[in-house]
Amino acid sequence: MNRLIRYVALAAFASVPLWLHDPYLLNAFITTGILIIAAMSLNLLLGYTGQLSLGHVAFFGIGAYTSALVSLGFDVELIGGIRVVHEPWPVWTGFVIGTLVAALCGYAVGKLSFKVRGAYFVIVTISFAEVVRLIALNWVELTQGPLALTSIPPMTLGLPGVGYLDFYSKQSNYYLVLAVLVVSYIVIQRLVCSRVGRAMIALKENESLAVSVGIDVTRYLVLAAVFSAGIAGAAGSLYAHYLKIIDPDVFAFLYTVTMVIMVISGGKGTLAGPIVGGLIFGFIPVAARSFATPEIQWILYGLLMIIIVFVLPKGIVPAIEKWFAASGARADPEPLQAKMHDAP
Amino acid sequence: MSIMPANTPQPVLSVEHIAVHFGGLIAITDMSFVVNQGEIVSLIGPNGAGKTTAFNVITGFLRPTKGEVRYKNTSLSNLKPHEVTSLGLARTFQRTSVFQSVTVFENVMIGLHRRSRSTLLDTLLALPREGRAEAELRNLAHELLEIVGIARRADELAGSLSYGDQRLLGVALALATDPSMLLLDEPVSGMNATETARFMELLNRLHGRGMSILLVEHDVPMVMGVSDRIVVLNYGRIIAEGPPAAIRGNPEVIRAYLGEGASRHAAH
Ligand SMILES: Nc1ncnc2c1ncn2[C@@H]1O[C@H](COP(=O)(O)OP(=O)(O)OP(=O)(O)O)[C@@H](O)[C@H]1O
Ligand SMILES: [Mg+2]
Repeated sequence: MNRLIRYVALAAFASVPLWLHDPYLLNAFITTGILIIAAMSLNLLLGYTGQLSLGHVAFFGIGAYTSALVSLGFDVELIGGIRVVHEPWPVWTGFVIGTLVAALCGYAVGKLSFKVRGAYFVIVTISFAEVVRLIALNWVELTQGPLALTSIPPMTLGLPGVGYLDFYSKQSNYYLVLAVLVVSYIVIQRLVCSRVGRAMIALKENESLAVSVGIDVTRYLVLAAVFSAGIAGAAGSLYAHYLKIIDPDVFAFLYTVTMVIMVISGGKGTLAGPIVGGLIFGFIPVAARSFATPEIQWILYGLLMIIIVFVLPKGIVPAIEKWFAASGARADPEPLQAKMHDAP
Repeated sequence: MSIMPANTPQPVLSVEHIAVHFGGLIAITDMSFVVNQGEIVSLIGPNGAGKTTAFNVITGFLRPTKGEVRYKNTSLSNLKPHEVTSLGLARTFQRTSVFQSVTVFENVMIGLHRRSRSTLLDTLLALPREGRAEAELRNLAHELLEIVGIARRADELAGSLSYGDQRLLGVALALATDPSMLLLDEPVSGMNATETARFMELLNRLHGRGMSILLVEHDVPMVMGVSDRIVVLNYGRIIAEGPPAAIRGNPEVIRAYLGEGASRHAAH
């Protein structure tokens, strides 16, 4: 049942560029898709380990800047007159390195802050994002600061002598984002449906009990942070090579808030939650643009969020699951267990 | 390996001169006792005597102010709780402790954490070994639920179980770590007479398999019934130690614990 829904959804999304030719709407799908990947990564931390990363956009931005700089090349002078010159590398290496650097930052932040959890983790992540934003803003030689990094090349896949695949068109970018989204989904699904995910859920539910059954708290929280940050970094890289321009505004707090809203409204701690929440909140501005000014759009945005949180405090996906379990589906009375067992 | 005569008691857990101070409050003073291989030892004493504190020290949740705990000749002094568990020492909690919002079955699957042989790579690549390891765990989980007698509740949310069943699930979680010694903190509190009797049966079965057990319990008849030895604590100090018969007749124990305990229980 669950699996069928997944395949139908995937087929439906794969068909979008075949019938949708309006570039504005296709663009909305692509940017929403990128945000959904970021929201999925946030969900791994927030939904499964229960830790709120309010600086999550930092990992997204680090992925974006790293990937852009690797593919653009740079020439900077460090303290002490050491000059670092980097010739442009193939774009796909930027994607890989951007993902890895973001994951490494996730490791560092995880190690630093999981000794002090809860509210402290929130503060550490916010501060981290602010520090990274200030670096992006002020290290002009590397990042161009507020002038933005421009002419970022589009994604290219391939090897010399074998052939290349360029992602110039909106259609191709759509499929690229969809592919990364599917891979991220599978990675997260495999993690959370395994002993790793059970350890994370255990830590969220009852930490003393979790350690008493032999679960190493720090290890699993850091593991979650690494994967979460890495996936956010991958999304950031897609963003940079799609828009071809990034400035320090990618670190805006607003983006983190958007991701949190997507996760919470869709249902944190569920695999489909960030996707459902992401589609809703990614498309509100699109749906509202014909009749509402941007200010009104934001008010609608806020109102919808408040309504969802009040009516469905656990989010949309758990509410639907509960409804399915209650109405008729006597054969499947425990959605939680079904979900946790539903490994591919 | 040294060869021991069959009856020589072999200490597995030794608590050596433990003291615990919380700021000015002295919770435990100079506590020493041992639990031998395969023994059921009960730690009893009035409320606030320091029993749970002793558990917390032994299992690495609390650093003692002084003293050392050794398990099978390994010092536990600098180990974290999850490392203590890895040595085969598992505990339950006084306040009911289960993973509330997942099913009973998933609870035990979580408890089996250390028993899985799958690695992160197996998981990410969904290698066959991952599937086999998970199937193995599911079998073990069913077995454990059978052992503690709540298999019929497997698919219910742990938080929705009766109090007594939640306590049994707590024991299943501890057993899931494959311990050689169990520390049970008031396991039958909140159970009715039938449940308590069933639980004593379970204890005896575990005992029969050679499990060493350290038990904290206010239920005096139960303690007298199952224990090989009893250690009595009052105001953080051991005031008596010995087999049930000796403890029952010890005047200091009657004064400190049994009298007070009996009136306290009568008041409930
Ligand atoms: N973390 C702590 N900080 C300060 N004092 C504590 C702490 N934990 C326990 N105490 C105190 O230490 C003493 C011993 O408490 P403990 O919980 O070990 O008693 P107990 O024997 O388990 O009692 P009960 O039968 O009520 O469970 C009590 O006076 C308690 O208030
Ligand atoms: Mg206690």
